[in-house]
Amino acid sequence: MSCCGDHPSFEEIDEVSRLVAAKLSAFLKTLRDNGFAVGLAEGRDAASLMASGYAVRPGLLRSALKHLFSARKSDWEKFDGLFDAFWLGKRVRSRSMTSGAATAANSPSLKALQDNGEISGSQSATDQAPSADDAPEGRGGEGRMEGASRAENLAEVDFRKLADPEQIAQAHEAAARLAKAMRTRLTRRDLARRRGYRLDLRRTIHRNISHGGVPISLVKRQRKDKPLRLVVLLDASGSMSMYTGVFLRFVHGVLDQFREAEAFLFHTRLAHVSGAMKERDAARALDRLSILAQGTGGGTRIGESLATFNRYHAARVIHSRTCVMIVSDGYETGDANLLGREMAALAKRCRRIVWLNPMMAWQGYTPVAAGIRAALPHVDLYAPANTLQSLAALEPYLARL
Amino acid sequence: MKTRDEIAQALAVCGYIADAELATAISLMQLLKRPLLLEGEAGVGKTEVAKALACVHATELIRLQCYEGLDQSAALYEWNYQRQLLAIQAHRGADADAVEDQIFSEKYLLERPLLASIRRERSPVLLIDEIDRADDEFEAFLLELLSDFQVSIPELGTITASAVPRVVLTSNGTRELSDALRRRCLYHYVDYPDVDREARIIMARTDGASASLSLQIARMVEGVRKEELRKVPGVAETLDWAAALVGLDVRDLHDLPETVHETLMCLLKTREDRARVTREVTERLLGKVA
Repeated sequence: MSCCGDHPSFEEIDEVSRLVAAKLSAFLKTLRDNGFAVGLAEGRDAASLMASGYAVRPGLLRSALKHLFSARKSDWEKFDGLFDAFWLGKRVRSRSMTSGAATAANSPSLKALQDNGEISGSQSATDQAPSADDAPEGRGGEGRMEGASRAENLAEVDFRKLADPEQIAQAHEAAARLAKAMRTRLTRRDLARRRGYRLDLRRTIHRNISHGGVPISLVKRQRKDKPLRLVVLLDASGSMSMYTGVFLRFVHGVLDQFREAEAFLFHTRLAHVSGAMKERDAARALDRLSILAQGTGGGTRIGESLATFNRYHAARVIHSRTCVMIVSDGYETGDANLLGREMAALAKRCRRIVWLNPMMAWQGYTPVAAGIRAALPHVDLYAPANTLQSLAALEPYLARL
Repeated sequence: MKTRDEIAQALAVCGYIADAELATAISLMQLLKRPLLLEGEAGVGKTEVAKALACVHATELIRLQCYEGLDQSAALYEWNYQRQLLAIQAHRGADADAVEDQIFSEKYLLERPLLASIRRERSPVLLIDEIDRADDEFEAFLLELLSDFQVSIPELGTITASAVPRVVLTSNGTRELSDALRRRCLYHYVDYPDVDREARIIMARTDGASASLSLQIARMVEGVRKEELRKVPGVAETLDWAAALVGLDVRDLHDLPETVHETLMCLLKTREDRARVTREVTERLLGKVA
């Protein structure tokens, strides 16, 4: 501060410190806008650290504030760019900026592909499905009836037959309810099974002081069960487009209700979406996913996506009581051998693999696609999941894990 | 306050080669009295930071290794039940209140790492290792302890820290930590060291490793890390390998490519990785080392 020859007057110092404080609080706001969790305590610490000589060189200040304000690796990587842009007036060349630019550049082509994907999706659907086999005649009509029986009927209708937006909304509701119910029932069973198996000496002594220290009534320690963890890998490619909506809603419900659940989306690549899915409001969560949810070009690289999962996420999200649920039709456009290998690696890690294939319920469907043939030997439960009823039928299986 | 260059030097004396950012983090720890949260891949030397810090301040290192199911009685304190039972037997017939006062006194208290760390005269370094392995509940409890550094034991009263410990937490990212804990801590991401720093680490930690060999090893390891591996080798593995090479009397990696290839088992810990780094790959990597 004593850069100039004359000592500055107190008013001047006051003025300077006010300016610095204002600038610092503006910086804090910038950080908050960029997703940093910065509280008042951090602001105060930042001020005290600037006062104690860390502000002499920008490099030193940057490094100090970086440690103070970052809370995770993504913050850590983003910070330098933000700091330089704010304090040194450099153009931001940080990750956040480039990634933003990339999406902007990609979005038109994404949109075009999206439309294509939908068209090819519906084409493939009509190719494969003999019309109206699994939704009995008249169901659709009943769906328009008023009354309580409506949801009941919906339970048996194949998701891809749902056309009316109101029906879709109902199916979504039901999927969310189902997820909630599964959660409560699974936990209750866990709690009922609890039994003490270790002696709690501390409580035993407390209770037996009146017997002169002779431990007559023993206190057992209760065992804490590890909750079941559910990891969902959802195929969001073109060929699954009829089902993704409902499943996304189901997954959202599961993530909301299970204390331990993780969700991933894949089409040609894998995306970790637990963060976006934890949004309380379902519609907002789905909005955040809308870009990811559409397959870009219709292909599915299940093998490669699984490889990414095994490599970067498996160690973190899988523990000994984990069930991996893969929702996909098994149309692999990549290398089927790779899929087989990665499935084997995954099977070694987790307790159970459930593969839900909505097409399984279609009349005359046999798993002949190379992808599903390679994967099936490693799957513990292979089930259809084209109606709400079939989703609900999974629960007893999960409860036994 | 020490400057960060002094801190880096002091750490180097203790055998830890720090980069400038870590030195800043440690100087901030002292200034702001906040815990330091270290994250990074396994084997990049997170735990070593705490050990070096204890060495710099010539103070005790108290380590709490976290695991699933860690609870208060293993982390904070526990009564010595066997002695309590004996005491109750020995004082049979005495006044019950007096016996109770006696068996819940200091003498029968077993201190565990967290309690130990706040009862020392000189502030120790408290290392809470792999906090991500502990449960959420324990994390919340820890948060409380880290904010006021006091513990209440129902039978004994409240114990307040005589000297505030320097706290280092490490995490491997097997579980996402709570935002509250993250906010309380200074954050430092420990990355794989660059070639120059890794060479200096090898020289500091391995007896008999010459400067040129250390540099070669560091370059080679950097090459190996760039291969598509399932388990990327950390600094600990590098040191193992350096020790193996020195032990086998290798002066220059180019002299004995066979030995180099065979000893790579120190770096590659899965079968797939081992199969991926074939003899040809080793030769290609060696070619780049120069």
